[in-house]
Amino acid sequence: MNPVTRMIEVRQNVLKHNDVVARELRQRFHDAGVFVVSLVSSPGAGKTALLEKTLTLLHKQSRVAALVGDLATENDAARLARSEAPVRQIVTGTVCHLEAAMIQTALEGWNLNGLDFLFVENVGNLVCPASYDLGEDLRLVLMSVTEGEDKPLKYPTIFNSADVALITKIDLKEAVEFDSAAAYRNIQAVRPGMTILEVSSKSNLGIIELLEFLNSRRAGARAVASS
Amino acid sequence: MHELSIAMSIVELATEESDRRGGVQIKAVHLRLGQLSGVVKAALLSSYEMACEDTPLAGSQLLVEEVSVLVFCPECNAQRPVHSTQMFTCSECGTPTGEVVQGKELMVVALEVEE
Repeated sequence: MNPVTRMIEVRQNVLKHNDVVARELRQRFHDAGVFVVSLVSSPGAGKTALLEKTLTLLHKQSRVAALVGDLATENDAARLARSEAPVRQIVTGTVCHLEAAMIQTALEGWNLNGLDFLFVENVGNLVCPASYDLGEDLRLVLMSVTEGEDKPLKYPTIFNSADVALITKIDLKEAVEFDSAAAYRNIQAVRPGMTILEVSSKSNLGIIELLEFLNSRRAGARAVASS
Repeated sequence: MHELSIAMSIVELATEESDRRGGVQIKAVHLRLGQLSGVVKAALLSSYEMACEDTPLAGSQLLVEEVSVLVFCPECNAQRPVHSTQMFTCSECGTPTGEVVQGKELMVVALEVEE
């Protein structure tokens, strides 16, 4: 008898395991009252510098901590530790992005109840992190003025996976003849209505506004949670 | 480049489904792949072959159905295609809209099995 071919309906998300873990994380963060902010960008856009600045300033008024993903070194965690906030490094090896399970493992033994903010710095990569939910409340995508105004058009998927765009190294704007109007136009083209903030970790331009923004988003999330 | 790890997840998922059905032989895996899934079809197809090696899925085919982006247009009060992934405006009326309702899929929808 000849073999018979038939179709079986499956309808399963390929990343269902990641999605399940991300959901568990989101619930855990919610229960602990910690607001989780992740950062994605290309390598060298200034994630670590911004985080160093943010942790140092927020540490004075809130309880903050960070997880930082990197392919090979623990340099970033060492840099961030100068802020005196608790920091853990996730070394991903050859993996080019963070996955929810890596966050879960890195958080083992950490009491989240004592925290107001947890920052998660993804591996520098504008492609792969887009596919993975990490259970965060807010995802920031960074683009630096040195990278060019068309980054959003080249990587629309990552901009679509993020909630807020940060234009970094804004102190270099004049030097590199960065066209702000074009950058805003491109971001809005791929993600209409996206909030855009300009910052410089070096000159502190826009940093206070960023901290106020994060505090208000956290307050908003808590208000929703307790209503 | 995370297509290999995605391909391995597909193989794992399909193997589990096969096991649940008494180890049926899988000839093909049907996948819905959204334009905003962050996964590149060509890279996924070549990774799939690699991921299948030495598994019960060796020799099986990955059949990819690409899914375009649909947004909800508040002006038309309907789901509409966008001009392009570089221009999220309603293809009918031109209203900018970021409310994606389709296009992020990365889903195994069906398996072709031989019995």
